Amino acid sequence: MSYQVGGKTVEHDEEGYLVDIGQWSEDVAVMIAEAEKLPLSSEHWEVIHFLREYYTEYQIAPAIRVLTKALTKKMGEAKGNNKYLYELFPYGPAKQACKIAGLPKPTGCV
Amino acid sequence: MSVESDNSAEPKVKRFMYVNRKAPHGTVYALEVLEMVLISAMFEQDVHLTFLDDGVFQIKKGQNPSVLEMKDFSKTYRALDGYGIEKVFVEKESMEERGLSQDDLIIPVEIIGREELGALMESMDVVLSA
Repeated sequence: MSYQVGGKTVEHDEEGYLVDIGQWSEDVAVMIAEAEKLPLSSEHWEVIHFLREYYTEYQIAPAIRVLTKALTKKMGEAKGNNKYLYELFPYGPAKQACKIAGLPKPTGCV
Repeated sequence: MSVESDNSAEPKVKRFMYVNRKAPHGTVYALEVLEMVLISAMFEQDVHLTFLDDGVFQIKKGQNPSVLEMKDFSKTYRALDGYGIEKVFVEKESMEERGLSQDDLIIPVEIIGREELGALMESMDVVLSA
């Protein structure tokens, strides 16, 4: 299973998460989002880039509670809450945002 | 939200201690315990994390496991604070026997002597060692 991005093949698992997270690029993110039927706004990109920074720093995808706490710290309460994140990513910050950001499924997420 | 020690009010909260005794790489134990600890953080328990024997090396600075084609999960220990896991202990004797000090460690820890650690373990409801 794979996404086709600019002539390149990017493999993903049965749930759509990248097999090799090193293959992620913004073009890949757009492609994953299209597969999810989710048009990306600047608010989406803000969360996507935040997740990638978190991953670079800690080498894990954060649990939702940890994500909202960290977002609140960085961007304020208006953006660091479940409601806001679920409006952006209807299938959930973990299931959709991490997937589009090219991260593995968050630890502890079944 | 933080999980503070509260033995009296909440009878459902159990005192857990995860004990790491093995070097970080070469076996899966360190990574598996770390994942278990991160998951356990979601259940609002009173979590304690201890490093002793070669387990102290798990939180040593300057690891480069990419040569083993492993990701550098030592960085993940720095995420523990954000997960509300603040009770992290290193056994003093284990650390000193390996020529290490707090400055060599990737996260701030409470350094605790062998005897005191034994007493702390005794006070736990659950101790998991790997």
